[in-house]
Amino acid sequence: MPILRKTWVYVKQSPLGGLTILFLFVMAALFADIVAPYSPINQDITQALRPPFFLEGGTFHHILGTDELGRDILSRIIFGARISLVVGFIAVAMSGFIGTCLGLISGYFRGWIDSLIMRLVDIQLSMPYILIALALIGALGPSLRNIIIVIGITSWVNYARIVRGEVLSIKENEFVDLAKIAGCSTYRILLKHIFPGVVNSLIVLGTLMLGRVIIFEAALSFLGLGVQPPTPSWGIMLADGRQYLTYAWWLATFPGFAIMLVVLGTNLVGDWLRDMLDPRQRAAVRGKR
Amino acid sequence: MQRYLTKRFLQSLIVIFGITVIVFVIIHLTGDPTDLLLPPEAGPAERELFRHELGLDRPIYVQYFDFLKNIAHGDFGQSFRHQTSAFSLVIKALPATIELTIAAMSLSIVIALPIGIISAIRPRSCYDRLGMTFALLGQSIPVYWAGIMLILLFAVTLGWLPSTGRGGIEHLILPAITLGLFSTAAIARFTRSSMLDVLDTDYIRTARIKGLSEYIVVLKHALKNASIPVLTITSLQFGRMLSGAVITEMIFSWPGVGRIAVQAIYNRDFPVVQTAVFVTSVIFVGINFLVDIIYTYLDPRIKYK
Repeated sequence: MPILRKTWVYVKQSPLGGLTILFLFVMAALFADIVAPYSPINQDITQALRPPFFLEGGTFHHILGTDELGRDILSRIIFGARISLVVGFIAVAMSGFIGTCLGLISGYFRGWIDSLIMRLVDIQLSMPYILIALALIGALGPSLRNIIIVIGITSWVNYARIVRGEVLSIKENEFVDLAKIAGCSTYRILLKHIFPGVVNSLIVLGTLMLGRVIIFEAALSFLGLGVQPPTPSWGIMLADGRQYLTYAWWLATFPGFAIMLVVLGTNLVGDWLRDMLDPRQRAAVRGKR
Repeated sequence: MQRYLTKRFLQSLIVIFGITVIVFVIIHLTGDPTDLLLPPEAGPAERELFRHELGLDRPIYVQYFDFLKNIAHGDFGQSFRHQTSAFSLVIKALPATIELTIAAMSLSIVIALPIGIISAIRPRSCYDRLGMTFALLGQSIPVYWAGIMLILLFAVTLGWLPSTGRGGIEHLILPAITLGLFSTAAIARFTRSSMLDVLDTDYIRTARIKGLSEYIVVLKHALKNASIPVLTITSLQFGRMLSGAVITEMIFSWPGVGRIAVQAIYNRDFPVVQTAVFVTSVIFVGINFLVDIIYTYLDPRIKYK
């Protein structure tokens, strides 16, 4: 059974580490109320600035220590995963949807609409997206909803370009012409005949973008233009911890480490998915390894 | 070649035109600046007069063309907060950002190219594994955290380097590493795959069969042909850096355009925000155009496309 053997090869190469990391964070976010030892916002000044357990003065009650208001860092990281993943998934879905629609239209119809969309892509790629996003949030006001909207509308470009490229080559296939002759509506051709061909690339890109969106959300919160305190967000924890860097390094270190782990997870899984789902990449990888 | 470059130049102009539209729209999303500029006790008649003075009561397209006309004259309006023109404020901060970006870019290229080349020559070796692990981590670490950790290690704990401000070369080291980290990783990975593609071609095999030294095969024959995709990714990274400099500048209190822009956003000083966005974008478009010119020298085939 060659298919079984092939599957086994991919499973063997699968990034167990990356999948485990993502699984753990998703579970932490889903069941934060059960998993987290403390409330993420309750303050206890008597326990303020406790170091993590492995340092002198640290206890197993607060494994990763506490912040300047005595809040448990581990609990805040666990609840922070919620914000990061919610923003990540919704923003990726939103920008993926916008980008896919525009990419399908652009690649299928060509002509003036293609030129228009591609110039839009050029314009967006030439602008400092962090600054644009910051300016937009400054204008709209920082809130969870606005962050998701702003990230969604500033990161559709990557999807549009990839989808357009794929559509251009899929369109040349006979089955598309046959579908036209059979009298399929344009909508049906795009949805049933062309879209399935771009799904693989979308999954890969979406996974890789998830990590980037999580970094971006934390950056916004870090600059004070993301979710607002006391909501536990990794970016806010970093910004707070930065002020205590000289005598309480753990405040800024652990939340950043959490961001890095999640992004590492998405990168590992994304790279693996690309090798697995993209036939051209697959051939290239086999040749190189 | 001239036709190709003319076409690219016109496209760049269209992009800059589009940028003015977006910048204009963002400013209008912020709502009525009269609330910001007038004291709260101002009456409706005073507001109306003020709106008339600023030209806010005219149709939106008239306002846009006025805005274009002013930009063409380098007039981006007065900063609400500082009593100077927004343009001079941004231009004064520009050298700091350019210095930081060039330092970070140079550092990235100097580190990334050898890593990418060595990984490609000896795929699956321990050098390759080490290099690519570094690249994977470099792409996963958020800029701001990298900056904070570098400050923690080199400024707070070891006390070797200053953590804020601009000055001599010692001030530049930590921000440049921070800003360059992601690009180093991206360029290293890209150089590796690009070199792997080239090393697998017939002309490289021919060069080897001819008995050329490995040194010449790799550096002269392979690297030159692998350099075009690497140049593409590098120019894209340059844009990323101009954008990423915002966060690096905030962490290290680096007095550049990004920091001015973020402070202007905090203060709702929108003429400055709009100038910063516009100037950064135009520089990026200019760099892309320069890269196009360099392409035509590196690969003469491009002009026929």
